[in-house]
Amino acid sequence: MTATPVLNRREFLKTGAAGSAALVIAFHVPGTAYATDEDDQEEKPANPLNAWVRITPDNRVTLILGKSEMGQGAMTALPMILAEELYLDWKQVSVEQAPTDPKIYDHGTGGSGSVAGSWLPLRRAGAAAREMLITAAAKHWNVSRATCKAKDGGVLHGARKQFLTYGELVESAAKLPVPDFNTVPLKNSNDFTIVGHDRKRFEAGAKSTGTAKFGIDSRMPGMEYAVIARCPVFGGKVAKFDATQAKAVPGVRDVISIDAVGEGAFTSGGVVVLANNSWAAVQGRKALNITWDEGPNADESSESLRKHFVENAAKPGKIVRNEGDADGALSSGAKKVEAAYELPFAAHACMEPMNCTVHIRPDSAEAWVPTQAPQWAQAVIAKVSGLPPEKVNVHTTLMGGGFGRRYQADFVMEAAQVAKATGKPVQVLWTREDDMQHDFYRPASYHKMQGAVDAQGKLAAWKHFQSSTSIAAVWDKNGKEKPEASEFATAAFIPYETPNFRVEYALAHSGVPRAWWRSVEHSSSGFVVETFVDELAAAAGADPLKFRLQLIGDARKIPDFTNPKEGKPLDTARLKGVLQLAAEKAEWGKPLPKGIARGIAGYYSFESYTAAVAEVSVDKGQVRVHRIVYAVDCGRPVNPSGVVAQVESAAVYALSAMMKDAITIERGRVQQANFNDYDMPRMNEMPKVEVHLVMSKEDPTGIGEPGLPVVAPAVGNAVFAATGKRLRRLPIRAEDLA
Amino acid sequence: MATTFTLNGKSQTVDVSPDMPLLWVLRDTLDKTGTKFGCGAGLCGACTVHINGEAARSCQTAISSVAGKKVTTIEGLSADGSHPVQQAWIAEDVPQCGYCQSGQIMSAVALLAKKPNPTDADIDDFMSGNICRCGTYQRIRKAIHRAAAASASKA
Repeated sequence: MTATPVLNRREFLKTGAAGSAALVIAFHVPGTAYATDEDDQEEKPANPLNAWVRITPDNRVTLILGKSEMGQGAMTALPMILAEELYLDWKQVSVEQAPTDPKIYDHGTGGSGSVAGSWLPLRRAGAAAREMLITAAAKHWNVSRATCKAKDGGVLHGARKQFLTYGELVESAAKLPVPDFNTVPLKNSNDFTIVGHDRKRFEAGAKSTGTAKFGIDSRMPGMEYAVIARCPVFGGKVAKFDATQAKAVPGVRDVISIDAVGEGAFTSGGVVVLANNSWAAVQGRKALNITWDEGPNADESSESLRKHFVENAAKPGKIVRNEGDADGALSSGAKKVEAAYELPFAAHACMEPMNCTVHIRPDSAEAWVPTQAPQWAQAVIAKVSGLPPEKVNVHTTLMGGGFGRRYQADFVMEAAQVAKATGKPVQVLWTREDDMQHDFYRPASYHKMQGAVDAQGKLAAWKHFQSSTSIAAVWDKNGKEKPEASEFATAAFIPYETPNFRVEYALAHSGVPRAWWRSVEHSSSGFVVETFVDELAAAAGADPLKFRLQLIGDARKIPDFTNPKEGKPLDTARLKGVLQLAAEKAEWGKPLPKGIARGIAGYYSFESYTAAVAEVSVDKGQVRVHRIVYAVDCGRPVNPSGVVAQVESAAVYALSAMMKDAITIERGRVQQANFNDYDMPRMNEMPKVEVHLVMSKEDPTGIGEPGLPVVAPAVGNAVFAATGKRLRRLPIRAEDLA
Repeated sequence: MATTFTLNGKSQTVDVSPDMPLLWVLRDTLDKTGTKFGCGAGLCGACTVHINGEAARSCQTAISSVAGKKVTTIEGLSADGSHPVQQAWIAEDVPQCGYCQSGQIMSAVALLAKKPNPTDADIDDFMSGNICRCGTYQRIRKAIHRAAAASASKA
């Protein structure tokens, strides 16, 4: 998420709400464009505005939010930024989900960009509104503008002790010109009273009383409930089906079939059972008699994929980056280390399974979608219905987790197809099994690492070969299947100084759908880089923390090799800062009780710096994580409590993938189905997680994902310290510790 | 087939298939959507309700089996979110995505009914049937202790 805010158009509107004037300021908050190809760029929007501030005569200030709330806290942190510039009383502030407007470019929520991308636009919008309201007050009192200031949700005239609320000023303020966003004065950060101070989650009450409405809670009059039988083999389809028994199930109303859709949705198609409740639909599906055409991927298995990886690793890969002569230095290096790392496919497993509620009428459509990409949902429904996008009203609902899964439009496409066929309102529900077996998974990857340390303990060479089932190979429209530097993420520009650095890649073919899973490539790159550097430290006989700090060396800024134009460079001083802070808070070096050992990792992702020290014990092949101490530098924390929550959450998400979960493939299908075989850490397995924030004054950077990549290496390095056994494949297997 | 039971203090009769799980009766027949579907297999606890005061997984409970019994859902805990456990959840800023929290709260209330002052081990033991994919476990534990303390100070 690196796009620069575009403020090339401003609008100043009056709304007719309750027949009274309101001050409305529209502005642009960049969304998240994952497309990397030039030709992937969508046409530019006619209207780049996708966020609004509305101030009404009742003195309410509403942020109309173009970001989805999936638990990451956008609904709380973003109004805090606005409230700061407007000097608001927090009680005045409300948040509304923005409508999906086809003229708006990108509403997307992802890439840990909600706060980072909204910071400046929101400050400017708040400041513009504030300046207009002050001007309006000065005119009202007929005094110099300099004698007036914003305070507590209104404007105060210092000398006369007069006060007007914003609500009282909106009508006259609405007649004034909007200040230039590029020059509007922003509040001095030393005067911040809201940003940087803990705020409780805006919707915590609704989420504690069962009144919060998620996508799955959407209800429309006359709505039918549907489930879909999809081919269990990726790429397979329905050969024939018999719905006689399904239609006899009480409550089942109809059975239809829908086609697979490739580009733009990647759905499986299948047989749809419509019923008057979800359970009847599920029962009806069980009674279907379907013969599948399993298609071209029916022979794929995790074993065949691993063989493919190993074969690839035996050959040179395509060079992604090459500095110096890594092979030469490896052959002459003092101490050499070679190791292979393996990571499996991983499912998102959002607690709220995929679902979408749609009604397509002849002249318009309405949909309730728990989505990170409302525009994409709208485009899909428009395409299926034949309606222009502006006739498709998409309501973005709260969502029970996103983690990248809800950036997809497959579940929307299916619901649109069903709604188009029936003409009635329908909710297409995915069961847990559907959700687990038809995800877009974190890619599986295999990494061959080679490194050498010289006699002075310096890094003589670093060579990283990766073969993976890349994301680009799924989403590259032109089917070029080119190795992307992005598949390596920060592994392509490591902070450890070496004159000989080489990165190679080989694509592994797979029929398994892949896409963005919390922290994307960083989840593998963080594990591989931060485990391998630990292996080198051990080979050099050095303390893992001191070794890292020494290899990072002097303060410098390393360009983002994966995104040199827009990516912020890695600032080694900030990385060192979090490593040292985590070590200090975890009392690195101080003896621990017998049987407990520490491991450390530090990493740069989404322009933020995280380090973690894990404390673990190992008993009979069972790893227990007791404590994770984090240090985090994500720039200025807007809502520190929310930042801490995101890091705690990332810790558990990472532990889940590290300790328990793998999606494995056999006969072209996913072998896991529910939480019995793809389980999550539970209360009794929860380590103590401590998060220490660097109170930086830099602009905010990502935080939804950066907590994740350091966990697996920190835990694995602690396991090594405890047992002498290196964890090189995830998730942890007891036999690897035997 | 008609089944009559008490839902959140009021008598309720539904005419549905006797083996239909309580979860779907609540959500689809009665529009009580505060109780969530997570796994359909009794593995995640998102659908937790109380049946005669005991925590139960509504996805594994046939509607016929609650005939004549008292069912309480998240909507029945308090009319206004004033239940001490709900208040503790808000005070500790527990929810993230929030989807599992109805079930977490119903489990916590059932735990506190049995053990008004639970230890960490009691909480681990009782709450481990409830998955939170956002990893709010630390805050849930704190909120349960807070609710226990609040109830004790009133008693």
